[in-house]
Amino acid sequence: MFTLEARTLPSVRAMWLAPLAALLLTLLGGSVLFAAFGHAPLQALSVYFLQPLASVYGIGEWLLKATPLAVCGLGLALGFRAKVWNIGADGQFTLGAICAGGLAIACDGFIDAESLWIAPAMALAGIAGGMMWAALPAWLRTRYGSSEILSSLMLAYVAPLLLGWLVNGPWRDPAGFNFPQSIQFADAALLAPLHEGARVTLAFPVALVLAGLLCFVQRYTYAGFRLQVSGEAPLAARHAGYSQRAAVWIAMLTGGACAGFAGYAEVAGPLGQLQPSVSPGYGFTAIIVAFVGRLDPRGVVLAALLLSLLALGGEAAQMTLDLPAAISGVFQGGLLCALLACDTFVHYRLRRVYRKPAAHTS
Amino acid sequence: MSLSGWLPILAGVLAAATPLLIAALGELIAEKSGVLNLGVEGMMLVGALTAFAVASGGAGYAAGALAGALAGVGLAALFAWLTLNCLASQVACGLAITMLGSGLSAYAGRDYVSRTLDGMALIPLGGGFGFDPLIVTGLLLTVLVWYFLQRSRAGLVLRAVGESPATAHALGLPVRCIRWAAVLFGGACAGLAGAYLAIDYTPMWVEGLSAGRGWIALALVVFAGWRPGRTLLGAWLYGGVGILQFHAQALGIAVPAQFLGMLPYLATIVVLTLIARDPLTQRRHTPASLGQPWHPHA
Repeated sequence: MFTLEARTLPSVRAMWLAPLAALLLTLLGGSVLFAAFGHAPLQALSVYFLQPLASVYGIGEWLLKATPLAVCGLGLALGFRAKVWNIGADGQFTLGAICAGGLAIACDGFIDAESLWIAPAMALAGIAGGMMWAALPAWLRTRYGSSEILSSLMLAYVAPLLLGWLVNGPWRDPAGFNFPQSIQFADAALLAPLHEGARVTLAFPVALVLAGLLCFVQRYTYAGFRLQVSGEAPLAARHAGYSQRAAVWIAMLTGGACAGFAGYAEVAGPLGQLQPSVSPGYGFTAIIVAFVGRLDPRGVVLAALLLSLLALGGEAAQMTLDLPAAISGVFQGGLLCALLACDTFVHYRLRRVYRKPAAHTS
Repeated sequence: MSLSGWLPILAGVLAAATPLLIAALGELIAEKSGVLNLGVEGMMLVGALTAFAVASGGAGYAAGALAGALAGVGLAALFAWLTLNCLASQVACGLAITMLGSGLSAYAGRDYVSRTLDGMALIPLGGGFGFDPLIVTGLLLTVLVWYFLQRSRAGLVLRAVGESPATAHALGLPVRCIRWAAVLFGGACAGLAGAYLAIDYTPMWVEGLSAGRGWIALALVVFAGWRPGRTLLGAWLYGGVGILQFHAQALGIAVPAQFLGMLPYLATIVVLTLIARDPLTQRRHTPASLGQPWHPHA
């Protein structure tokens, strides 16, 4: 018989080993799944994880998909540290895309190749849009005490409907054969690719800079410290006079700003126009990214690269092995479950029970 | 409008309310034992797909509904193991279960997309009227859950575990077993609610069939103040909002479909805010240990 025993201090080693163990478990589970569908597991795994990275284009796609995951995940991780559960990043992402795209559409008539101001203006519009969508749950939580989990999530369902109305109605391209999409943005409003033959844009290095910035905020600033205390020890935070409201506002607005920027980078980068759906669930995958990355900015970037590879692998598996792309969803959900199970060993250790447990120990 | 005009609308409200009602009652029991399971949406999806697969395989609707409930139980067991045995965060695990459930159902369900079934046959009452077995199941379940919580000893034990697991443990109650049972019941209900959607309400399978209904069911539990009777009222209210979408155009209200589609989600936010304005009542009805992991040695 084994029983769990609380550790006096959380184990740092277990904290960094847990994601690796979880990844191994997920790969093992994936192999079983591949075998069940009649594919040699090793060959299938190599298609899944190596084939996407075999070309410059593939590596570009890998970084491209990692960008929104990293940017959204960074914002969420900051909030989750303060135990503010913003799970509506997908909606904030969509609002960022709507606001940035709306500006590009509104200015389409009078920008030319010389208009260098349009890109930063769109980025700011995107950030503002994401913050606006996050401000509503923050306000409801601080003013009325309603759960930010449900209100931010409900808004994540509302945002795509709003976008759907815009591209079907007022913002539909008049010359677009009635397809529900906006005009193509002018060249000045687009983010140029970083490298010939790849689609990854300037947003990826921006994500790295953002990670560095948040790392600094978290480690060396008083504001970062207060956020962490209000998450880990709410009573101590209250005793020290750290405002719970401020923590909620900072966490939600940072999450919203990051997601909004990611939304801008998506429409100004690979999409180049507004479409009925701008996010294949980046905001939700970013929740996994934040947890797998241990809520640490450096870890979040690594986790975003991993989950982006999982998503790309799903596409490769669909094309080469005729497996459905939804398999990446199974991998992602499975990875998070495995990680949560492995995380047990951060705070607890297994202890062997020799004698028969007494009646009150289960 | 005459009675014959209103009847289909009332029937529509009842039908739209049923999946929310069943899922919310299951979650209510789980939360009364102190476990917050945010995985309802994922368990609903897995239940829906399983039920659809079994029913369209020719095994019959009853077998389909049962299989759906069992699939929900399976996913709930994973959640229970993670949160009750591994003591992982209930919020994070619930999100993981929802993601796993949507991924699994999308993956396994690709062969069933765009197939349809005939809805379940009504059980005739005579005179051209009849009732839908799953809608009636939902109503019966409300009464049963109310009786269990308010009038039975077992219900008292469950509530004690949710209020103070340490006290219940000191009294010799098997806290972990009781929570396991409550979580599994929640999973069965979520699976059954999904089954109702897939084999009776729509009846078809598409990816993400439940469209946020699992999350609305979670909100419904808070809205109802963890009381079964109010859960029923809340579900009818949502059913009415949902039906309004279909009938608004017929009533000549010229609003784009997307805005009508936002109604249930916006209504949830408004209702949650109204409820949360009264912190005292809120605190009186919330199970005191909700969402907190509990370990006998900690």
